[in-house]
Amino acid sequence: MAETGTQTKNRRTVGDHRLNRRVPAWHRPISIFALAFLCALATLTTPSLAEQPADAERGQKLYRACKACHEIGVDARNGVGPHLDGLFGRTAGSIENFKYSSVMRIRGGAGLEWTQETLDAYLEKPRAFVGGTRMSYRGMKKQQDRDDLIAYLREASDRDPAAHPDIPKPAHPEIGAEAMALTGDPDYGEYLSSECVTCHQLSGRADGIPSIIGWPKAAFIRALFDYKTNVRSHQVMQNMTANLGNEEIAALAAYFGSIDPQ
Amino acid sequence: MTQISRRTFGLFAGAGAASLALPLYARAQGKPKVVIIGGGAGGATAARYIAKDAGDAIDVTLIEANATYTTCFFSNLYLGGYRTFESITHSYDKLASNYGITVVNGYAQTIDREAKTVTMADGSKVDYDRLIVAPGIDLIWDSVPGYSEEAAEVMPHSWKAGPQTKLLKAKLDAIENGQQIVMVAPPNPYRCPPGPYERVSMFAHVLKEKGFTDSKITIIDPKSKFSKQALFQEGWDKHYPGMIEWYGPDVHGGIASVDPASGQVETDLDTFQGDLVNVIPAQKAGMIAASAGLANESGFCAIDPYSMRSRVDDNVFVIGDACIAGDMPKSGFSANSQAKVAAMAVRGDLIGSKVFPAKYSNTCWSLIESNDGVKVGAQYAATDEKIASTSKFISQTGEDSGVRQETYEESVGWYKGITTDIFGA
Repeated sequence: MAETGTQTKNRRTVGDHRLNRRVPAWHRPISIFALAFLCALATLTTPSLAEQPADAERGQKLYRACKACHEIGVDARNGVGPHLDGLFGRTAGSIENFKYSSVMRIRGGAGLEWTQETLDAYLEKPRAFVGGTRMSYRGMKKQQDRDDLIAYLREASDRDPAAHPDIPKPAHPEIGAEAMALTGDPDYGEYLSSECVTCHQLSGRADGIPSIIGWPKAAFIRALFDYKTNVRSHQVMQNMTANLGNEEIAALAAYFGSIDPQ
Repeated sequence: MTQISRRTFGLFAGAGAASLALPLYARAQGKPKVVIIGGGAGGATAARYIAKDAGDAIDVTLIEANATYTTCFFSNLYLGGYRTFESITHSYDKLASNYGITVVNGYAQTIDREAKTVTMADGSKVDYDRLIVAPGIDLIWDSVPGYSEEAAEVMPHSWKAGPQTKLLKAKLDAIENGQQIVMVAPPNPYRCPPGPYERVSMFAHVLKEKGFTDSKITIIDPKSKFSKQALFQEGWDKHYPGMIEWYGPDVHGGIASVDPASGQVETDLDTFQGDLVNVIPAQKAGMIAASAGLANESGFCAIDPYSMRSRVDDNVFVIGDACIAGDMPKSGFSANSQAKVAAMAVRGDLIGSKVFPAKYSNTCWSLIESNDGVKVGAQYAATDEKIASTSKFISQTGEDSGVRQETYEESVGWYKGITTDIFGA
C-alpha cells in the first residue's frame, strides 16, 4: 500500500479544511433554559454536595426546569403538564381534565401513587419509569438534585392548594397576541401539521422529541413564538417557525390542541 | 402530452378544482385510482396520506418489489452496532390493514403513459388515474471503471439498504487489526449527502471499540468538499485521531479504476489497497423513471416545484431521490416532505379537495461517535424555477457534548416519528 507516499501531500490538503471551517451565520442567543441551567450550576458548585440533607431552597431553583410546563402553589393550573398541588399521595394520571398519556392513566389505575420513592424513580429517567409518558423531560441524574427538588415539591405542593386548576392560564400579553386573538382553523392546522409529524408523534409519545399534542392554546402559541423570536434556542424549531405567520400558528395550536393522547 | 404549468393549471382550478375531477368520476364509473410505484420514504408516505385524507374516495395501490422495507437512514447506525437490522426494517401490514391501501408485492416493469397502465414483471397490469413514481435511485455501475453489479458482491456499495447492508456489516466485522478500509465516495448528486461520511465514522467507531489502532480508513472522493465537512473532520480529529484520511480530487487526481479481485483502487496519484473496499458509484433515478421517459439527460426527473407533478406528464408525479428537487437534498426526510405535497395535489386533482401552498422541509442527522450527533436542515418554498431554500441551519463546530447528545437523542426520536409517519400506526 502506497499510503505513506501520499502523506506529505495529503497533510497540506487535508489541513486546508481547517481554514475553510464554516461558521454558520447563526445567531444563537442564550436561552432562558440555559440561564436557568447556569443558575442551577452556580448553586451546584458548593462543596460536598452528595449525601447532604435535602435542601428545599435549592430544590426551588432546580424546579425552574419544570416551570415551563408545570404550575404549583396558589392559582396553579393545568398547562402543558398537570398542576402539582397535592402531588404527594396523588394517584398517577388522576387529574380529571388533564390529557394524560394512556400509559400514565393505566399505571395510575394499577396503583401507581406519587411518593418520595416513585417521584425519585420517575424524575431520574421519566421515559424508563413510565414508558410512553408525554413528559419530555430527559431526567435528573444526581440523587442530591432529585432529593432537593422533591423536598421543594413536598413543601410547595401542600402549601396553597389550587383553587381553579381548569381555568386556562392567561396568555402572556406581549407574546403572540395576534395569533392568540385568532380562531385557528384546525383543518388548515392539520395540513400544516404534516411538517411537524415527521418528528413529533401524533400518539403523543415523547421518544427523544417532545410531545406537542393536547397543549393549551396559549402555551403552544408561546412556544412557537419563543422559537420564532430566538428566545428558545433549537435550530430545527427556529428554522421551522421562521416562516410561520399568525394564522398558521393559530391553526397549528387549534389542531394539535384538539388531539387526544393515545 | 403538453405540460400544464401551475399558472395554467390555476386557470382550470379557478373554475373549481372539481371541474378536473368530475370527468374522472364519469369516465371511470367508480373511484379514481392512484398507483404509487415504490414503497420507500416517499412512496409509502404518499400512499398513506392519500388514503388517510381521502378516506374511501380514492382507490390507492402501492407497488413495491420487496416484502419489507429497510431504511437507508439509520443503516449506518446498524453498521456501527447501534441498531439491529430488525429495528430498521418495516412492514407494509399497517398500510394495508389500517388505511385500506392495496399493497402489491411485485416489480413494476413498465409504464404506458398513454394507456395510463403499469405493467408488472409477471405481466399483470394496474390502471391509474394518477401515478406517483418513487423508485429511489439506481446505481451507475460503470461510473467507476471496473465496478459492476457482480463486483458489488466483493466491494459492496450498500447504498440501497438490505442484503448489501448486511454484507458490508459482515465484512466490517471481519476486519482484523492492521487491515485497511477504503471508501470510494460518490459524485454529486447522490442519495444522502452526509451518508458516506457518517458511514466512515461508524467504520472508525467499530475499529476503535476493538482497539484496532493499526487499521486505517481512506476515503477517495471525487468531490472537493462534502456535506458537514467541518463537523465530520473536527469529530474525526477528536474521536479517531490519525485513523481517517480523506483525499479529494486535487490529491488523488482522479479515480482510474477498481479491481475487485485484488481489492485495489487505482487513482492518478497512487494505488490504494483495501481489505474492505466500499464503492459508492454515481446515481440516477430508478430505472422505471427513465424507461417511462420521465427522466431528463441528468438521469433524474424534472418536476413542477408547486406540486411535484412531472414536467412531462400531468398525470404523473415524481417524488424522492428520483426527482430533481432544486435545493433539497436526496434524503428520506425530503422524500417524506415531497410526498405530502404530491398527495395533496393528487387529492385536489381527483376529488377536488383543497390544495394549500406547498411547503417543504428537511433535516439530516448524522452520528460521528456515541452521543456525538450533528444535524443540518432547511426549509424550502416552491418558485417557478425550482424548490428553493428559504432558511437553513447547521450544527456548529465546538458544540459541547450535552448539545451533541441531545442532537443524537433527537435523531432517535425523529426515526421513530418518521417511520410512524411513513408506515402508519
